Amino acid sequence: MSVLRQISAVVGMNLRNLPQRRGASLVIVIGIAGVVAVLLSVLAMAVGFSRTIAGAGSPDRALILSGGALQEAMSSVPSDAVPNITAAPGIARDSAGRPIVDAEVVAQVQVTHGDTGKPTNVALRGVGSEEFALRPEVHLVAGRLFRPGLHELIVGQSLKTRYGLDIGSHLSFQNGDWVVVGVFTSNGPDLLDSEILTDSQTLLSAYQRNWFQSVTVRLAGPGSFDQLKRALAADPTLHVDVYVESAFRAAQSRILNLILKWIGYFIGGMMAAGALFGALNSLYAAVSSRSLEIATLRAIGFGSGSVIVSVLAEALLLSIGGALIGALCAWIFFDGHVSSMMVSGLEPPIAFAMSVTPGLIVLGIVWACVIGLIGGLFPAIRAARLPVARALNAVV
Amino acid sequence: MSSVASLHNVIKRYVRGKQTIEVLHQLDLEVPSGQFLALMGPSGSGKTTLLNLIGGLDRPTAGEVIVAGERIDQLSSGQLAKWRARHVGFVFQFYNLMPMLSAERNIELPLLLTSLSSAQRKRNVAAALELVGLTTHAKHKPSELSGGQQQRVAIARALIADPTLLVCDEPTGDLDRASASDILGLIQTLNRQQGKAVIMVTHDQKAADYASRILHVDKGQLVEAADRSAATAA
Ligand SMILES: Nc1ncnc2c1ncn2[C@@H]1O[C@H](COP(=O)(O)OP(=O)(O)OP(=O)(O)O)[C@@H](O)[C@H]1O
Ligand SMILES: [Mg+2]
Repeated sequence: MSVLRQISAVVGMNLRNLPQRRGASLVIVIGIAGVVAVLLSVLAMAVGFSRTIAGAGSPDRALILSGGALQEAMSSVPSDAVPNITAAPGIARDSAGRPIVDAEVVAQVQVTHGDTGKPTNVALRGVGSEEFALRPEVHLVAGRLFRPGLHELIVGQSLKTRYGLDIGSHLSFQNGDWVVVGVFTSNGPDLLDSEILTDSQTLLSAYQRNWFQSVTVRLAGPGSFDQLKRALAADPTLHVDVYVESAFRAAQSRILNLILKWIGYFIGGMMAAGALFGALNSLYAAVSSRSLEIATLRAIGFGSGSVIVSVLAEALLLSIGGALIGALCAWIFFDGHVSSMMVSGLEPPIAFAMSVTPGLIVLGIVWACVIGLIGGLFPAIRAARLPVARALNAVV
Repeated sequence: MSSVASLHNVIKRYVRGKQTIEVLHQLDLEVPSGQFLALMGPSGSGKTTLLNLIGGLDRPTAGEVIVAGERIDQLSSGQLAKWRARHVGFVFQFYNLMPMLSAERNIELPLLLTSLSSAQRKRNVAAALELVGLTTHAKHKPSELSGGQQQRVAIARALIADPTLLVCDEPTGDLDRASASDILGLIQTLNRQQGKAVIMVTHDQKAADYASRILHVDKGQLVEAADRSAATAA
């Protein structure tokens, strides 16, 4: 009981003294705010990125690629394989009783950035008539749908905002002039939002291809995936791999996600080392400026434990303050901020919204506490070992 | 009569770099309970060193230190802290008050180490404030008090937990003559009315004259001055 009273008295006294050490305290707060802001920003990219990639996938859809292809861009499914796939079991049907299957072509076209004039590759996806039954989250926000047989396109919302592509814009590729007739969104900045869609048959003939990149089907229900997979494997004319779409996207984002995390931890770690030395320095200075106060308390009979706790409490308080400021900065400047990134295998840059989640903020606070505790520990030990008689006599 | 402090064969050496200096050589001292002892001597003679040993702020290199009935030369620093809280009140030359705390909060500090309730602490602080004549200054911060008033607060703080012994290192060294005699009068009253033993280091013969006994620290030993009992009785 008296131990707690002792500790709270010494801690309270120390914290009341903080304003007099404003400069040194700010070093700790700002250092840690920087660490947390940088750490959270990079990790917010990782979170936003994986959400986007994973969000583009649904557990209700299966993605079919040619055997051995790890990415859509490396896959080719021959046109004559499509009927066999369509006939397979486990596929949901639309209101007219047709299986919900869409064979898709992916090509790349160059668009020029509205502001910088820099050309960028954007994915152009040819889709069939079942596209909207397959992906109900996709809907037009302006204009109308492309008509099969004509060189018409609809563009994703994020291309409109980033490259100024809009209804009436013209693109030329494969010796043709193509016009944008609509803008679509798929609810938030996800993969498809960074793409251009058109009719698959029109695109196949423009490129004179007779193969698709992928076939996506809507699964009829639980258990359908295994049914479909078995059927496709049993068909000797087909050489394809089947994935649950969401699992495929998640696996695709895993590596980049990991890289982003490592970058975050690496830069954060370097900055943390800097902040740690700053904190050590400031807290050593704080302890020596308090040495008479500490020695007097010890002479009165206060234990070294309360002195240790008071130094650690100062360190923790300043660190947590810094963490909150850093997290607030990351949140204000980056939460919801749309960023884009080139990912191999997903050739055009993907737009995604950075996300500073509560989990990340907790992580930032944990980092700050660890830095604060380590930075406070050695000064606290010094304070506790202060030779009382000498410190009292060192006056003036 | 029992002793409040007895030291036998006490040696204190300091090691500074390669050089060792022996400040106290086989020193002996008996301080009877209730005595007001003044320690005098030139600067650097070892007065503070001796006072720190008696007050349990430091340990001797060799010898026996028994204060308030306990042998303290072997105690760990944690044990010493607890022992000090129970038995010793310190008064320093520069008061050593906590600048952020009001007078009453400063005085209350030693009571935070006891099991007294907050109401009891308040009562005791009020009584101590009255004893040193600062009831009207309870809420003042040290910076709002004169040197003499700050030293009164320090004395109240030293007394509040009812120690066996009051240890003062040049308590008037930083005060003008009037405040100094004020403080010395207060210490003398406490010694006489409450029977508190006092050990006070001073350079000042006038200050030492308030004590009932004066010892000189000389070449690491103690030398008794002329008996003061006649003078102080007058
Ligand atoms: N912690 C220490 N380490 C090394 N030497 C010390 C230490 N404390 C005191 N000394 C030395 O011991 C001697 C006695 O010091 P002490 O402080 O006891 O003297 P004093 O009589 O109190 O002097 P003053 O009147 O100036 O206060 C001095 O030579 C001093 O330099
Ligand atoms: Mg001295």
